[in-house]
Amino acid sequence: MANKEWPLWEVFIRSKQGLSHKHVGSLRAADADMAIENARDVYTRRSEGVSIWVAESNNLFASNPNDADSLYEPSDSKVYRHPTFYEVPDGIEHM
Amino acid sequence: MTELNISILEQKFQEKIDNDIKIEPRDWMPDNYRQTLIRQISQHAHSEVVGMLPEGNWITRAPNLRRKAVLLAKVQDEAGHGLYLYSATETLGADREQTIDDLHSGVAKYSSIFNYPTVSWADMGAIGWLVDGAAIMNQVPLCRCSYGPYARAMVRVCKEESFHQRQGFEIMTTLAKGSPEQKEMAQDALNRFWWPSLMMFGPNDAESKHTEQSMKWKIKRHTNDELRQMFVDATVPQAELIGLTIPDKDLKWNEETGHYEFGAIDWAEFWEVVKGNGPCNKDRIDTRRRAKEKGAWVREAANAYAEKRRKRKAS
Ligand SMILES: [Fe+2]
Ligand SMILES: [Fe+2]
Repeated sequence: MANKEWPLWEVFIRSKQGLSHKHVGSLRAADADMAIENARDVYTRRSEGVSIWVAESNNLFASNPNDADSLYEPSDSKVYRHPTFYEVPDGIEHM
Repeated sequence: MTELNISILEQKFQEKIDNDIKIEPRDWMPDNYRQTLIRQISQHAHSEVVGMLPEGNWITRAPNLRRKAVLLAKVQDEAGHGLYLYSATETLGADREQTIDDLHSGVAKYSSIFNYPTVSWADMGAIGWLVDGAAIMNQVPLCRCSYGPYARAMVRVCKEESFHQRQGFEIMTTLAKGSPEQKEMAQDALNRFWWPSLMMFGPNDAESKHTEQSMKWKIKRHTNDELRQMFVDATVPQAELIGLTIPDKDLKWNEETGHYEFGAIDWAEFWEVVKGNGPCNKDRIDTRRRAKEKGAWVREAANAYAEKRRKRKAS
């Protein structure tokens, strides 16, 4: 354990109340508490955030970039999911 | 994978680049692209980290509390820059510890500018103004680099860099307006850092072996000589404004081109420093190595403490 490298953590910051946390980068730390402390020093030196999430990179699962076409292409053809698909007669308001 | 498959993948990859679609860590990329980025980003990271040393030299001797707080904040930013960049190399599959060991063993390079000593307080001014100024010239186009994590790290870095250059220029301005001795000190720092700053952009385009491929991959957006020219054009009027003289007798404004012409760079000196024979190369690497060795117990203790906390939570 002596020379064990600290695990990698992904850092997410909420820039202000009301907004969601956004991925800002990663860092290494011995545990979650230390990851949060380090994230504060590294990613919020200029008041970039009011809240920090960290997650060990090992615990994140991602979609395969090769699947991007088959995952997202079907929704391109479903234009009826957008309000602009529908015709609204002239004179109708608040819709 | 067959050669045909690879050539199709490479073609698709280049199409993405040509269409300004960013490459993200898990996307397919040619091996050379990956290796080029690992080399460039790790060199960049090393430069940020080694770059703390010449300035760290003056933190305890800053002339007043304001200057000290500013210098401390700047040096802390550089540590952060190193960290963003090491993280970016990790997204490409580089091993963090190995990357750092490559610096310590001399396998990896860093910017040669940091192998010059900082002998007076004015050097803090010259470094912020010229060295961070040159770094900004290099880094602003990197914000549009084709590799997503590098580009995003550069956006953060560039936001932080502009205060670095301003604080340096403020030091120079203050000294240049001060006593004759202070002005002399500022001029001396400019004399020593001017040429090494021009060298920061790397060899002339004709000698630069990676430029063409890097431009095709949009890792690089301007050639070394273009960036160097932009830096000279931006900096010369700044020196004039505060009454300092650029140490180049061949420097002159060219009305036709709208650019400054400048004297020949001593490339023999540049290569000597790159090869390890600059005034401070050995000292810089020794210092980094010592820092890693002397910090080993801290990293070990942090692991032990994390383990203890984990056990306590589990019980
Ligand atoms: Fe920096
Ligand atoms: Fe800087």
